[in-house]
Amino acid sequence: MADIRNTFAGIKSPNPFWLASAPPTDKAYNVERAFKAGWGGVVWKTLGEDGPPVVNVNGPRYGAIWGADRRLLGLNNIELITDRDLHLNLREIKQVKRNWPDRALVVSLMVPCEEAAWKAILPLVEETGADGIELNFGCPHGMSERGMGSAVGQVPEYVEMVVRWCKQTTRMPVITKLTPNITDIRQPARAAHKGGSDAVSLINTINSITGVNLDSFAPEPTIDGKGSHGGFCGPAVKPIALHMVAEIARDRETAGLPISGIGGITTWRDAAEFLALGAGNVQVCTAAMTYGFKVVQEMIDGLQNWMDAKGHATLDDVIGRAAPNVTEWRYLNLNYVAKARIDQDLCIKCGRCHIACEDTSHQAITAMVDGKRHFEVMEDACVGCNLCVNVCPVEGCIDMVPLDVGTLDQRTGATVSADYANWTTHPNNPSAVTAAE
Amino acid sequence: MADGLYADGIAAGRLSGEDYEKNFADLHPPLDGHEARVEADRCYFCYDAPCMTACPTSIDIPLFIRQIATGNTLGSAKTIFDQNILGGMCARVCPTETLCEEACVREAAEGKPVQIGRLQRYATDAAMHVGRQFFGRGEETGKTVAIVGAGPAGLACAHRLAMHGHTVTIFEAREKSGGLNEFGIAAYKTPDGFAQAEVDYVTAIGGITIEHGRALGGDVSLAELARDHDAVFLGMGLAGVNALNAVGEDADGVENAVDYIAHLRQASDLASLPVGRRVVVIGGGMTAIDAAVQARLLGAEEVTICYRRGQEQMNASAFEQDLAASKGVTIRHWLQPKRVLAEGGNVTGIELEYTALSGGKLSGTGETLTLAADQVFKAIGQTFDAAALNGSGAAITLDGGRIQVDGEGRTSMPNVWAGGDCIAGGDDLTVSAVAQGRDAAESIHRVLAG
Repeated sequence: MADIRNTFAGIKSPNPFWLASAPPTDKAYNVERAFKAGWGGVVWKTLGEDGPPVVNVNGPRYGAIWGADRRLLGLNNIELITDRDLHLNLREIKQVKRNWPDRALVVSLMVPCEEAAWKAILPLVEETGADGIELNFGCPHGMSERGMGSAVGQVPEYVEMVVRWCKQTTRMPVITKLTPNITDIRQPARAAHKGGSDAVSLINTINSITGVNLDSFAPEPTIDGKGSHGGFCGPAVKPIALHMVAEIARDRETAGLPISGIGGITTWRDAAEFLALGAGNVQVCTAAMTYGFKVVQEMIDGLQNWMDAKGHATLDDVIGRAAPNVTEWRYLNLNYVAKARIDQDLCIKCGRCHIACEDTSHQAITAMVDGKRHFEVMEDACVGCNLCVNVCPVEGCIDMVPLDVGTLDQRTGATVSADYANWTTHPNNPSAVTAAE
Repeated sequence: MADGLYADGIAAGRLSGEDYEKNFADLHPPLDGHEARVEADRCYFCYDAPCMTACPTSIDIPLFIRQIATGNTLGSAKTIFDQNILGGMCARVCPTETLCEEACVREAAEGKPVQIGRLQRYATDAAMHVGRQFFGRGEETGKTVAIVGAGPAGLACAHRLAMHGHTVTIFEAREKSGGLNEFGIAAYKTPDGFAQAEVDYVTAIGGITIEHGRALGGDVSLAELARDHDAVFLGMGLAGVNALNAVGEDADGVENAVDYIAHLRQASDLASLPVGRRVVVIGGGMTAIDAAVQARLLGAEEVTICYRRGQEQMNASAFEQDLAASKGVTIRHWLQPKRVLAEGGNVTGIELEYTALSGGKLSGTGETLTLAADQVFKAIGQTFDAAALNGSGAAITLDGGRIQVDGEGRTSMPNVWAGGDCIAGGDDLTVSAVAQGRDAAESIHRVLAG
């Protein structure tokens, strides 16, 4: 059985599945249940500074989008950081850590962007015996209007400054949680790294409105006829999160900086993909909020079975394996030629490949051959775009088959070359670099 | 003599009131909103969809299903009614398993087609429930059209003609409209007076008058209709029934299945409808199944369908055969009736002869089998009663005993069209009758507008 014990930024946990800082980790009751269910660690829901507790709305905090059969695809929330008393939280954290010494317990923090505020709260957390802290520079709603959360995460200089204060004040590992509501995710990651952060975690939620009520014309979720943007998460955001994780993983300036991958992780497969792109562990929230804590059992089992099947003994055999294969468009091999091929035995003749290609792409798939309903790729028109594969309802029915070197590409009339050639040297590229004579 | 379930002979009240209610409830209960959306989401929105091609009325099935999936239920109903104004009934009675659902690509993919029929019912029910009419009567043209028969063909024809502004009079022999929808289809396929509700929905467009109790060949003649109207559409269905050609078939207890079903459909209290303890149904089509299943549901202890050929030749679909089997009907093949046995004029059994194909020809083997029976239903096909056309001057050309029409439904007589079961080459389906009525109306309109 594959060994999935995990050490992330020096913090050990029996598996790489942590619950992200969010409602599921707001109090001892939930966290105890999570640990019983098998979660390797939790990031306790964000604590704020001492004083009057945070106030939440008393109506809908969540909005959602659904797929077929009301499968939840994306969730948004306008909940703020914990609205429970700071000292109650600290007492519970201390007790839970004592009860579960083998699990990772990290505390998320968000206080005003002032050195004194950070320096005041850090010793209190340290005293609980927690394994580390996560700086919440991600929340895009409510707290950001007060100069915290994503308001900090969107300014790399602030990120670096606060991280530095924390590193100067505490011995605990510092994880910096990044907001995706930014143009280039590498900038805040580099800032966190410069400030001395032990790791980054991403993505936090994305600014969103999940829908509009067409009777009341109010955005959803709706509070007394009005709505505010909330943070979007869940399966729908996974592709965005994967990209951002990969951007940091392959950035030379942050090389070696541990990344905790977050964003729509619902299954072991999602988790494995984040790990492969360079995440050192993963954090989960929406899947637990949709199905309960038990989902971790499938994640653990599925990851181990996959690793066993592939001969990966430990997480280190997986982490970052896909990162070197992420590159810029300009380095993609323009001499690689693939053509769609439809398996006629699997084809159910729905015609979606035809109409997608005919109406919106390259007119490369037949609808009728010899008077019969028949869908076949015309290789002289197929550009290999993969749209037909994506719209085909039958898995494995359409394949993208690379042309062998030396064969004729009927569309271009060119013979497939064995040489790798990309845009940087392409004759159509005005900036192409030509070798000196 | 025992009462109730095991009463000998032909007896009423075999079951309790609740059992009748349960047995004759909706065969396919309606989908609720969530079920409909989940099912609708299974549709792949195929290009040039095979289901649409398979539908005799060419309903844009992928579009109406997508409209359900997006919550546009009334839009969905309109898509259906655009092509088939009797889409509500067709949703209930179409043998979808041999039409749209057989063609569904998910049938090919996984043997589980999208439930097109039930989705169609969901949408049409929604529109009819709120009384939403999608079509208005066209500007009055002053032209009049006579229609014979208020069945599916006649109603579809009338509605389309009304849309074009023509004035329609339907001459209906029976006291109620609907044709086989009202009198011929198994009760559990269209409970709760749906057939009449649909007639009301269709005729609400205006410009359609239905005169009941007026049979062609009775006080109405084709010559008069043709003389007094700009056009005539014949949609009177099939009035005759094939004989068994068995000795003694006039014994009490031998009945036409279609008549029995009509009685059942019109019965105000099913407990008052007598049914045999042991019933034999002769035939292999939908009517045989409908009669056999309903006999079982009325409490008959033994019901056997005897068909003179094999399972593959049965006109009843596999679904219908399975339905019958699930209701406890025994289906036996390769048996033809030879002699009805009777005592004191009442049926006691039927002697059947085994059959076999030799050289492509069906013949009796000489071996016989006797089944005890209190009641025998004849369901070996209906025939067109050409006598109704008598007195109309020049005779309408028939083909194989039914009215010959061209591709637009024109008969050999000028300004006379026909459609539905009474025309040659039909498939005896409600949905085909609707298509023929609709298309004949368009043909009539072209002539009248010309």
